[in-house]
Amino acid sequence: MFQEQSAVLFRSSREPGGESAAPGDQIDGDALDYDVGDFHDEMFDHDGRPRADCEPLFRRMLTMSWDDLIRRQRAADRSMVQLGITFNVYGDQLGRERIIPFDIVPRIIASPEWQILEHGLRQRITALNMFLQDLYHEQKIIHDGVVPEHVVATAVGFRQQCIGLTPPRGIWCHITGTDLVRDSDGQVYVLEDNLRCPSGVSYVLQNRQLMKQTFPQLFERTSIRPVDDYCSRLLDALQYLREDHVRTPSVALLSPGSYNSAYFEHSFLAQQMGIDLVEGRDLVVSDGFVYMRTTKGFERIDVLYRRIDDDFLDPLVFRKDSMLGVPGLMNAYRLGRIALANAPGTGIADDKVVYACVPQIIKYYLGEDPIIPNVPTYVCWDDAQRQHVLANLDQLVVKPANESGGYGLLIGPRASAAERAACAAQIKANPRNYIAQPTLSLSRVPVLCEDRLEGRHVDLRPFIVYGRDVYVLPGGLTRVALKKGSLVVNSSQGGGSKDTWVVS
Amino acid sequence: MLSRVADSIYWMSRYVERAENVARFISVNLNLSLDMPGEAGQQWWPLVVITGDDDEFQSRISTTTKESVVQFLTFDTDNPNSILSCLRSARENARSVREIISAEMWEHINKFYLLVRDGGTLEDVLDDPYHFYEVVSLAGQQFLGVTDATMTHGEAWHFCQLGRMIERADKTSRILDVKYFILLPKPSDVGTPYDDVQWLALLRSASALEMYRQRHGRISPVNVVNFLVLDKEFPRAVLHCLTRANDSLHSISGTVTGSFSNVAEQRLGQLRAELAYTHAEEIIAGGLHEFIDDFQQRLNCVGEAVFESFFAKRPLETISH
Repeated sequence: MFQEQSAVLFRSSREPGGESAAPGDQIDGDALDYDVGDFHDEMFDHDGRPRADCEPLFRRMLTMSWDDLIRRQRAADRSMVQLGITFNVYGDQLGRERIIPFDIVPRIIASPEWQILEHGLRQRITALNMFLQDLYHEQKIIHDGVVPEHVVATAVGFRQQCIGLTPPRGIWCHITGTDLVRDSDGQVYVLEDNLRCPSGVSYVLQNRQLMKQTFPQLFERTSIRPVDDYCSRLLDALQYLREDHVRTPSVALLSPGSYNSAYFEHSFLAQQMGIDLVEGRDLVVSDGFVYMRTTKGFERIDVLYRRIDDDFLDPLVFRKDSMLGVPGLMNAYRLGRIALANAPGTGIADDKVVYACVPQIIKYYLGEDPIIPNVPTYVCWDDAQRQHVLANLDQLVVKPANESGGYGLLIGPRASAAERAACAAQIKANPRNYIAQPTLSLSRVPVLCEDRLEGRHVDLRPFIVYGRDVYVLPGGLTRVALKKGSLVVNSSQGGGSKDTWVVS
Repeated sequence: MLSRVADSIYWMSRYVERAENVARFISVNLNLSLDMPGEAGQQWWPLVVITGDDDEFQSRISTTTKESVVQFLTFDTDNPNSILSCLRSARENARSVREIISAEMWEHINKFYLLVRDGGTLEDVLDDPYHFYEVVSLAGQQFLGVTDATMTHGEAWHFCQLGRMIERADKTSRILDVKYFILLPKPSDVGTPYDDVQWLALLRSASALEMYRQRHGRISPVNVVNFLVLDKEFPRAVLHCLTRANDSLHSISGTVTGSFSNVAEQRLGQLRAELAYTHAEEIIAGGLHEFIDDFQQRLNCVGEAVFESFFAKRPLETISH
């Protein structure tokens, strides 16, 4: 049965007389023309057989003809354009927008594995929140010698202006988008924490909507954990911050404006939560309260879900040339009259040298071992580790401590001798600013290519909302490097996305 | 509601209405060119004059032909009032207030924009112009339908309505002006079949022919003015538009009609009242074109007052704790 159905799947490329039906060419049902390669594949085991939790889905997709699958993929592409699910491309004169390519083959995570990840993420966020509170107050973790003082003192993300501040309800990292990757041995690692303004959750919600349109029959027969309640949970978490002062706190989302690359997401989230989407120019601070300019005068705001960086929040406190922020906002925050999510100052935890300490941070505050390990990380400020890094540059990935989006990366095995030498010089000049990690072999998933399924590398960004309690959105954003062989999943560089199913 | 958001909604709505009306302008001329023999049917320059972009046109475009004018008014992205530019502006405004408008409105406006942008070449359009401009004006009306059926009729909707009605009042008056510019009736033509044909084409582009027939029957200039300017019930008539705009303005401010609480209400109320107490015969006696010119200027003043009253930044001192 399995062999027969797979033949249906590949009919269009295997029709009699077609080029691929060369003499001696056999249709191998088990291998399915799909090459798992030397990677961990999220859907197939090493022998090319679907994993137990993927099998029901796989069997159902196989009963569709290849043409049917392609037709559904096209319909999904069209919907994305019509719905305007787009991101802006910086520097594009014509103001063009692009869609993030969406592949209709879902990425599946089995429930037992998800439970472990969920616990792991909750553990990590809880510890990081305690770390931030401690760091801006007593700094016990430094006095106890777990995190070196000089690392914190030299961190770009550490905000002097936040010392001594306790954010409303003691919550710092309200929304987190942790990046997870799986290596060829099947182990899942945390790659980055993203405690500032993680984006991508709107794609999770829209991808799910698209999948329901594309494969209604799959949803009827499979038990997939829903994601649609994300916005309700987020709104609850935001209102919770000021509910002890105001009966129904007024919440707004602060966006840099419609030319920002994540503007679609800002507007989508504001709409789904039914809150105002504001820009800096819509807001004004008077007597320590924050107001919006409305057609009927000024209206007070209690909570701001801000999607602009600390640097731009308030020109009186941070960057003076910021046109995006609101003068006086930090003062209102200090007076406790507005809640900001995420709290200013969380960026310190995104410093990759601090990231390297997270396992010890978890142990220090919670007395537990981390459930999801870090990628092994060498910090270059340490003499012994730096020597190791410099001696093994051809095998390591070197990252600057404070960049995001893959900027300034050196992938040792793919770099030229000259590039490695330049990198070594930079490390020696400023060791604090560099870390190195072994080159991971990211896991792969099948994606729909022209005439067959092919494996492509993926990561996973689950979203965690810290409010009354810590909520982890089941699944998260699966980003996929659509270019053959590529490891770069960023949407600006040819990355696409997939719906992520937590199935039981 | 946020002033910036109200501003965007108002202009989104105006631009969609404008795109629809530019399509109507072009189709009235196309209609005429089919019905009028010889040169009289090939007057394209007046169309540019009516849209008010004659300077812009002259500075960039050398010849005034059917092709160059249709291109200028339909696809020219350097002309801010071409159909494509209007829809792009409408879409940009809609995009900045996506969280306020309904998902259906956004989808429709996005599709509408793509429809025109990817709608074909100038040759395709001229090959079947009737179809193209009908599709455009239908899409404009559908946007209105989607808006009415999916958006709460609250403040945002009233800003939509206000923008649309002010824009429509202006454009209906300009459609009437086609008669002045294009046709320049020779005394010998008045009362001939050509005169009738011209008025018919004009009514048809305002989607007004059937409704006009029900109300007035035979075609006469006085009755056409009566219908397109002073009718209280026909949805594209100037007076009707001003009345609806006035209603929305008062719903926004909460002031009862008949009084005013801001300059926009004052100016619009005055303009509306004047029209409501005017005869078509008086308009024609004073010169239809002169009337329209004056009306458009005063309507612009209403638009400026709307900006001052609702969208412009106010001083901080007006915060009351």
